[in-house]
Amino acid sequence: MSEIRLMKGNEAIGEAAILCGADAYYAYPITPQSEIVEYLTLQQPEKRTGMVVLQAESEVASINMVYGAAAGGKRSFTTSSSPGMSLMQEGLSYIAGAELPCVVVNVVRGGPGLGTIQPSQADYFQTVKGGGHGDYKLITLAPASVQEMADFVPLAFELAFKYRNPAMILTDGVIGQMMEKVQFPEQTPRLTDEEITEKYPWATFGRKGGRERNIITSLNLKSELQEQFNIKLQAKYREVEKNEVRYEKIQCDDAEYLFVAYGSSARTCQKTIELARAEGIKVGLLRPITLYPYPYKAIDDMTSQVKGILSVEMSAGQMVEDVRLAVNGKVKVEHYGRMGGMVSSPGEILEALKTKIIEG
Amino acid sequence: MAENIKLEDIIKEENKVFIKTPLLTDNELSYCPGCGHGVAHRITMEVIEEMGIMEDTIGIAPVGCSVLAYEFMNIDMQQAAHGRAPAVATGLKRVYPNKYVFTYQGDGDLAAIGTAETIHACNRGENITIIFINNGIYGMTGGQMAPTTLPGMKTSTSPYGRTQELAGHPLKMTEIVATLPGVRFVARHAVDTPARVRKAKKAIRKAFENQNDNKGVSFIEIVSNCNSGWKMTPRKSNEWMVENMFPYYPLGVLKDE
Repeated sequence: MSEIRLMKGNEAIGEAAILCGADAYYAYPITPQSEIVEYLTLQQPEKRTGMVVLQAESEVASINMVYGAAAGGKRSFTTSSSPGMSLMQEGLSYIAGAELPCVVVNVVRGGPGLGTIQPSQADYFQTVKGGGHGDYKLITLAPASVQEMADFVPLAFELAFKYRNPAMILTDGVIGQMMEKVQFPEQTPRLTDEEITEKYPWATFGRKGGRERNIITSLNLKSELQEQFNIKLQAKYREVEKNEVRYEKIQCDDAEYLFVAYGSSARTCQKTIELARAEGIKVGLLRPITLYPYPYKAIDDMTSQVKGILSVEMSAGQMVEDVRLAVNGKVKVEHYGRMGGMVSSPGEILEALKTKIIEG
Repeated sequence: MAENIKLEDIIKEENKVFIKTPLLTDNELSYCPGCGHGVAHRITMEVIEEMGIMEDTIGIAPVGCSVLAYEFMNIDMQQAAHGRAPAVATGLKRVYPNKYVFTYQGDGDLAAIGTAETIHACNRGENITIIFINNGIYGMTGGQMAPTTLPGMKTSTSPYGRTQELAGHPLKMTEIVATLPGVRFVARHAVDTPARVRKAKKAIRKAFENQNDNKGVSFIEIVSNCNSGWKMTPRKSNEWMVENMFPYYPLGVLKDE
């Protein structure tokens, strides 16, 4: 590990990508993620590792550039924020349909429409319930610190290539913009073309040695075949759900009440737990780290212990639907959150816990 | 006597006047009989075979009639979302700068939904080959109006004929990209006669060879027919193309640097 550095979450994404041996980054500037584009153009990773950095003409183009590089077996990624992510939904559906591995980072801001440049978590539905057309899933990681921004980039690439599926890092303007200490691993070299040929026999880089041609496509005009493909995709998603659920439990051992929150809301909830416990309220936090696959069972397991659950997110209440699915009516579940770029304070969350769950 | 002649007796090396390139598969073409796509596919694959670059070439198929190009082109292929092939090609070429990358796009794909991707890939001077098949209509979806549909031309979405008042003017993408410094070779050809096929093939070969010295986009338009969409016999559609398409989309080399 390197020395401890003080960095913005957005910059940590960029540095982590260079260090984990990424091959290409294609992106378009948008607040509050522009520091990633700026950091990577400033760093000139083409001189450090040979990694390509290119500013695209739009998010539509950048996600399709990612498609082209990923179809060649290269580690490619893009980053954006909510309105840009909406433009990428077509590309993400094609990437999922063509079973291509890539990483996409969404530094979420308030919507709908042009909305605001301040932090939000209102892209949860778009990310984990579809977004683009067709039955597909994005493996979704939700960092809650600058350190996790750095750690999840190599993890996202690992999962993307393990399952040949796009992986999303769903973060927000708080984590993207705030500075914290962060440590990086040593440089992992980029794969050589020979290694790619060996590791990814499905990739399109020319019929090396006269091998049979490879085709990357998401088209199947025969519906019987397309159904078979969908069945195969769903089987892959069941594997992801079996193997890749990640979450963290904080002060849950004696908890009588539970917060469920991810990303920056989980950080605010940690402070709220301190305030609540000072008043004698035993509350814990279950923090989903993967939003897809979602930790339904871990949340369900808590229902034998807690009297009520407050789902806290910066939205009108999106993830709360998954908490309710997990809980299935066994205990009370309510949502609390600010919208449109407003960030809840620990005091507000404690008040919501009291009025919506404890007294409610 | 005729009954005694077997096929094997006829197919002998000394009798062959034409050999299909192995870079075309034996899959039955999905194009209508008489359509120019088949010839355009053949000469593109012949160029790749003759240059000996199969092991280092990747094609990008678009959305449109040629969405299934990967069924016929016996090389590594990627299928791209509608209009996005130049962006996909950019992403691929940047990580494989020594490979040959080409897109094969129709007029709806390149000149309507993919205009931004086309212009910007050209403006960046991506070191790729773009093959643009312009038949003035959306063939795949059943003959709707394209940005390249000629004035007065009847299609299923301009049933009374295209008017400038409603739909503007046919878009000359080839002339537009020729103005961009990132584009080094621009030519417009056709594949309706043997002489024109030879010229088109020569231009396609040059467009691939240009990738060797990294000087930007090579852009080849092929003005083609769509006998089904135009509701004509193949012969009539070729005559109509010569009379009506060529005056608006004149053949020749527009730029060679």
